[in-house]
Amino acid sequence: MLQIIDRRNDSKNKSAVNRNRFIRRFKGQIKEAVREAIARRSIADIDKGEKVGIPAKDIAEPQFRHGRGGRWNIVQPGNDRFIVGDEIERPQGSAGDGGSDASPDGESLDDFVFSLSREEFLDIFFDELALPHLVKTQLANVVEYKRVRAGFTSTGVPTNINVVRSLRGATGRRIAAAAPYLKTLRAMREELAQLEACGEGESDRATELRREIGYLLRKIDSLPFIDTFDLRYNNRIRIPAPSTQAVMFCIMDVSGSMDEEKKQIAKRFFMLLYLFLTRTYEHIEIVFIRHHTLALEVDEEDFFRSRESGGTVVSSALELMCRIVRERYTTDVWNIYCAQASDGDNWDADSPKCSDLLESVVIPLVQYYAYIEISDGEPQNLWREYSKIKAKYSQCFAMQQIGNLADIYPVFRELFKKKLA
Amino acid sequence: MKRKQPALPDSSEWSFESIERYDREIGRIAREYGLDCYRHQLEIITAEQMMDAYASTGMPVFYHHWSFGKRFLSTEMSYRRGQMGLAYEIVINSDPCIVYLMEENTLPMQALVIAHAAYGHNSFFKGNYLFRTWTAAEAIIDYLVFARNVIAEYEERYGENEVEQLLDACHALINVGVNRYKRPAKLSLTKERERRQERESYLQSQINDLWRTLPLRHEREEKEADRRFPAEPEENLLYFIEKNAPLLEPWQREIVRIVRKVGQYFYPQRQTQVMNEGWACFWHYTMLYHLHEQRLLSDGFMLEFLQSHTSVMLQPPFNSPQYGGINPYALGFAMWRDIQRICKYPTAEDREWFPDLAGGDWREVFDFAMRNFKDESFIAQYLSPRLMREFRFFNILDDTSHPRLRIEAIHDERGYRLLRQCLADQYNLGNREPDIQIWNVDLRGGRSLTLRHFRHQERPLGDACETVLKHVATLWGFPVRLEEQDENGQVRLLSEVMVDRRKDDHGP
Repeated sequence: MLQIIDRRNDSKNKSAVNRNRFIRRFKGQIKEAVREAIARRSIADIDKGEKVGIPAKDIAEPQFRHGRGGRWNIVQPGNDRFIVGDEIERPQGSAGDGGSDASPDGESLDDFVFSLSREEFLDIFFDELALPHLVKTQLANVVEYKRVRAGFTSTGVPTNINVVRSLRGATGRRIAAAAPYLKTLRAMREELAQLEACGEGESDRATELRREIGYLLRKIDSLPFIDTFDLRYNNRIRIPAPSTQAVMFCIMDVSGSMDEEKKQIAKRFFMLLYLFLTRTYEHIEIVFIRHHTLALEVDEEDFFRSRESGGTVVSSALELMCRIVRERYTTDVWNIYCAQASDGDNWDADSPKCSDLLESVVIPLVQYYAYIEISDGEPQNLWREYSKIKAKYSQCFAMQQIGNLADIYPVFRELFKKKLA
Repeated sequence: MKRKQPALPDSSEWSFESIERYDREIGRIAREYGLDCYRHQLEIITAEQMMDAYASTGMPVFYHHWSFGKRFLSTEMSYRRGQMGLAYEIVINSDPCIVYLMEENTLPMQALVIAHAAYGHNSFFKGNYLFRTWTAAEAIIDYLVFARNVIAEYEERYGENEVEQLLDACHALINVGVNRYKRPAKLSLTKERERRQERESYLQSQINDLWRTLPLRHEREEKEADRRFPAEPEENLLYFIEKNAPLLEPWQREIVRIVRKVGQYFYPQRQTQVMNEGWACFWHYTMLYHLHEQRLLSDGFMLEFLQSHTSVMLQPPFNSPQYGGINPYALGFAMWRDIQRICKYPTAEDREWFPDLAGGDWREVFDFAMRNFKDESFIAQYLSPRLMREFRFFNILDDTSHPRLRIEAIHDERGYRLLRQCLADQYNLGNREPDIQIWNVDLRGGRSLTLRHFRHQERPLGDACETVLKHVATLWGFPVRLEEQDENGQVRLLSEVMVDRRKDDHGP
């Protein structure tokens, strides 16, 4: 007897365990590949899966095999030109392979390329940044709710009573409840009118009818104008949704002292903020401002590429940012976030000015301001000025001196904490 | 056409009923041709599940290891990119024989797979001597379940990393962990379970020929110096390690054993690729044609069938960009068809080359050939001059001591025998893979293990052997040496790995 078994609904992903083991085992190489991928991709692409390649020789499974050399007889099909005794040049690169499929060691220098899912990619990205577990789950999920109208209910608090709906209901109820009386009332009035027309307006029947009519009218009048039963309340429910829109300002110092490595650290810092924003806001715009002595709004390409020499005036960037906000992002529509990365160098006289600008203009505008100083040395004057602000506005201002990637997270600690509460 | 039969369903969508009807009809034809098969079981799976099955060597259950994850990722990658289609079928040599049908295939494709796998491969598994002696179809699924559970249990008890390292080492030796000549004992789950406990304790006490401390009697001592252990070289490295490695724990021996058993199970498949695929292709072709002749199949069905049949049978010539070696499907199918032709319509040349076959009953010849050969001997026995001409085979001698390649034989009167011999050798696993055997264990000194590579045709070992040797050393626990014996009997040391696990275990 034939057996046909439908396995389509059986567990999928039987290989998930093996896949995880592969990723765990080659974590080092995969991390390296992810690092390269991050350098390549733009900030807004962080939230995607990635095709990564790791060197094939690292993951080779060795076997005893023949190497090159020795004598091999190889039979091949499709002879269209040779006769016995012909000699031909040895083709480059395949000499002595022996057989058609026996490349020595089975190794090629090509990378072993495969795709990481979004989860796997972010996992490795987070891993590097030493994010606490709670934050990771938060970033991976949407937890923001908003309250929206959802019709009407029959229960609620007095403030939510919807007058129009309630009265409309009451009217309907009154009409419905009065309907049987009205029918009899109409009949009686017709009969009375007939009696009166016949000159029998004073008969017993007419008097009785008048009494009945008066009774019914009282009855109809006594129907309550509005009843608790009629009340309708506005209903609101919570639905999970990214709430509104945000703009993220990336400000980076591009003076000569910011080298490639520092820029890569800054890039991750921006990426992390971006990732946080994608969880919270539906629509995000990114504005890139780079500065040395002059600030300039640029696209992402230029932002990370270009390198200028010369001094540093941070306030120029802050001023530019304020102007852009005024022109394009009014605060009642946009949530504004700002991330600033620098190596701490600033023109001495400029730092107090920055501090003033921040306190008087920028801080009231933004939801959160994060500053990282990428340097190993002593903090500079800008740092000292910013420290004062931090003391006053610790809820929405964070700063951190960064030596390596794991130091980035503390900058966002307050920000993430707020969302977790 | 003797009896009037309703034609088989003609739609391209399959349904359980239509698959069942096709199976019934194909089964009827198979019985008419006298194919002896295991019962079979058809399983409908999705493309994703097909990739899962691919990654774990086609088996429905298998233990976990990163290398299967690697295979999965690369399959997934090339499938998603559209570089390759998935195989139409996977068939498992078990009783009942399990055949996977992919849900995305059309009805004609499902019928093709049923004929190809459920009757073609199935009868080959049941009949061929290699499968009969080396695999136990009724026990394999149970054994794999057992293997997976045992390994999961060990992972829990001894840690995933420990087990993984051991599996890595065993996998490196899987190709030299088979008995090529000695017949292995049959696998049986119940026996396996009963004997596991027993084996663990007993073996541990047995290995220790190596540890013997009792003083040996004087008169034997001189001979002892010359005596090698093992007395004869041992070809099955995993077997030798399982039985003799001094430092392995009982559970580690069990893992070595599992990998060895699984490797042995797959060994016949590697030796009968051309024959087995050719056999299955011959039968799906013959049986579906037969159904068409009985007017059970529509012409549209046949066209779709022929389209995929011919694309599988394509053999590009050596100078084509598509060329990737000899296509085992094409060669196998052509050979079986050719044998049938020689039996039915022999030419004068056939009578000269195959006097026993020419004019014989092709069914009997087929049965004999299917049962008693493997690729190497099958080609040596049955490849006809006519087929060599059709394939336009030629033989190149690639000798490193010569700067140029030389054409040794082509498809002509002078070349047939050499050509056939060379092609047969090309399918001889013993030729393709280096011959490495356990040569000696230094019983009197450091217990170092010596492997010897018997060189053939001056072919050296590849670079990866250093890494493999490290894996051997991990298993053995003492120094391991690899020697090479050339064609003249000269022996030289190729490489040596020094380890002493005892020191690692007990710290400095």
